[in-house]
Amino acid sequence: MTSLYRRRRIANFVTMSFCYGATAISLVVLAAILWTLFSRGIEAIGFDVFTQMTPPPGSHGGLLNPIYGSLMMTGIATLIGTPVGIMAGTLLAEYSYGFLHRLGEVIRFVNDILLSAPSIVIGLFVYELVVIRQEHFSAWAGALALAIIVIPVVVRTTEDMLRLVPVGLREAAFALGTPKWKVIVMVSYRAALQGMITGVMLAIARISGETAPLLFTALNNQFWTTDMNTPMANLPVVIFQFAMSPYEDWVKLAWAGALIITVTILLLNILARVVTSVRRVG
Amino acid sequence: MSTLLLEGGERAANRWIRQGRAIDRIFATAAIFFGLLVLALLGAIIVSLIIGAWPALSKFGLRFLVTTDWNPVTQNFGAVVPIYGTLVTSVLAMLIGVPLSFGVAIFLTELCPLKLKRPIGTAVELLAAIPSIIYGIWGLFVFAPLFQATLQPLLIKLLGPIPLIGALFSGPPLGIGVLTAGFILGIMVLPYISSIMRDVFDTVPPMLKESAYGLGCTRREVMWQVVIPYTRAGIMGGVLLGLGRALGETMAVTFVIGNAHQVAASLMAPGNTISSALANEFTEAVEDIYLASLIELGLILFVITFIVLAIAKLLLIRLEKQKGA
Repeated sequence: MTSLYRRRRIANFVTMSFCYGATAISLVVLAAILWTLFSRGIEAIGFDVFTQMTPPPGSHGGLLNPIYGSLMMTGIATLIGTPVGIMAGTLLAEYSYGFLHRLGEVIRFVNDILLSAPSIVIGLFVYELVVIRQEHFSAWAGALALAIIVIPVVVRTTEDMLRLVPVGLREAAFALGTPKWKVIVMVSYRAALQGMITGVMLAIARISGETAPLLFTALNNQFWTTDMNTPMANLPVVIFQFAMSPYEDWVKLAWAGALIITVTILLLNILARVVTSVRRVG
Repeated sequence: MSTLLLEGGERAANRWIRQGRAIDRIFATAAIFFGLLVLALLGAIIVSLIIGAWPALSKFGLRFLVTTDWNPVTQNFGAVVPIYGTLVTSVLAMLIGVPLSFGVAIFLTELCPLKLKRPIGTAVELLAAIPSIIYGIWGLFVFAPLFQATLQPLLIKLLGPIPLIGALFSGPPLGIGVLTAGFILGIMVLPYISSIMRDVFDTVPPMLKESAYGLGCTRREVMWQVVIPYTRAGIMGGVLLGLGRALGETMAVTFVIGNAHQVAASLMAPGNTISSALANEFTEAVEDIYLASLIELGLILFVITFIVLAIAKLLLIRLEKQKGA
């Protein structure tokens, strides 16, 4: 009897220790990644990083053109993806009756798959769709690829947030004779605004680090360009190229870029969590 | 005078209603249009990949799936090596990530003091926010050298001499390789899996757990015999969702796997996955058939992840309905 009791206690102790250990491991990994980024990034970051162009191998330079490229492509992708995502999310949350309910279930299913689909495949898709037809890589193609990644994120959060709006609010507005679109725009959207903004912020955070879809679309560009119709430098691809290179200056710039991206993304994530207290994985 | 006013009012009201209805129709049409666009996106991705891969599909046929050759010079391509690499790294990621996710989820639902629940939960979720390229350079510059100096020689020394599984752990400790990729992927899928596990653990009625505790069960017994059996479908859904992520992960793997086109017996050896092959070779592929073969790899990857994610979703949807009922 006592031995059985002891065995159960030991088994319990071992399992629970494992749980403590697993949590410790994940926290240590997070801390280690951040520590590496900050220690190597801060030593590499300086005024020049924000004012100079990417250098040729072996010389000094900065990250101005990839920073600009990333901002442009992320911005345009958000502008394209957000309205599409919000409207599709509205369909799922506000029009769930009859045939549209069935349709909504299918769309939700497909959307959730797109949410986790490999981003490199999105890159291939835009390559087929735009790059082959234009016969050259371009920042537009990159922005489109990122927009396709934004859409499912925004659809998901918009729907979730609209569903949190109490039905009573809508019914009160309907009772006043308000048309449906007005109820959605003036009541539902307003009530869910914070959450919807959070969704957009998480989508921006998600795409600002995406590398794979940009490899075959925006490619890279060593020079300054504002023409969206040409290949354009962007932080993730520059980090990829520079980090894999044997040149010390390039590797250093890669760490600076990595720090910039990560700080941006973490700030967006933390801000999103402050805005709403909803728990969510991107 | 008063009837005139009334008539005017009625007319205005009618106009208002008509206007409202017209805008309603436009609004609903727009919502349906963009909803259908999401559906069309999936169809368009599959169709465009099939079109892009057509030269390879028609030239190699099913042979593509059983050929190990990958030779741009003779223009003979087969998918065995990258598919093998993708599956092996993903299985390793699951072997490492799933137990850790269990641990984290159990810790956060059962063991964690209430005050620490939010900060620790947020920290684990921030692991999901870190982009894969960051895992890649961290893996290459920090984890791989550390792994090479510590764990890898140990594994080779301990497990290498054992027959059968010894072959998996033979060869020089290179730092980079299939096992390293598996480790990094395991950490990357952890936040996704543990987040879903937390959600499904929360669906267990407290009464069930309390009854078990009331019988004198230990925490471990409550988890193993009450919570896990009750949430089996949801856990499976979460694990498959993580698997879907691991299969398609590109940048982190490309950095640490070593990009060698080979099927090696040892997990310590460098290898290749579908996505890392795409990331490395796509912009260099000039011949049509080379490009088409790479796109066919992408198509295979998409089909595999689609199936895995669809099963995951179906399992989780069933759970949600159960919860609602």
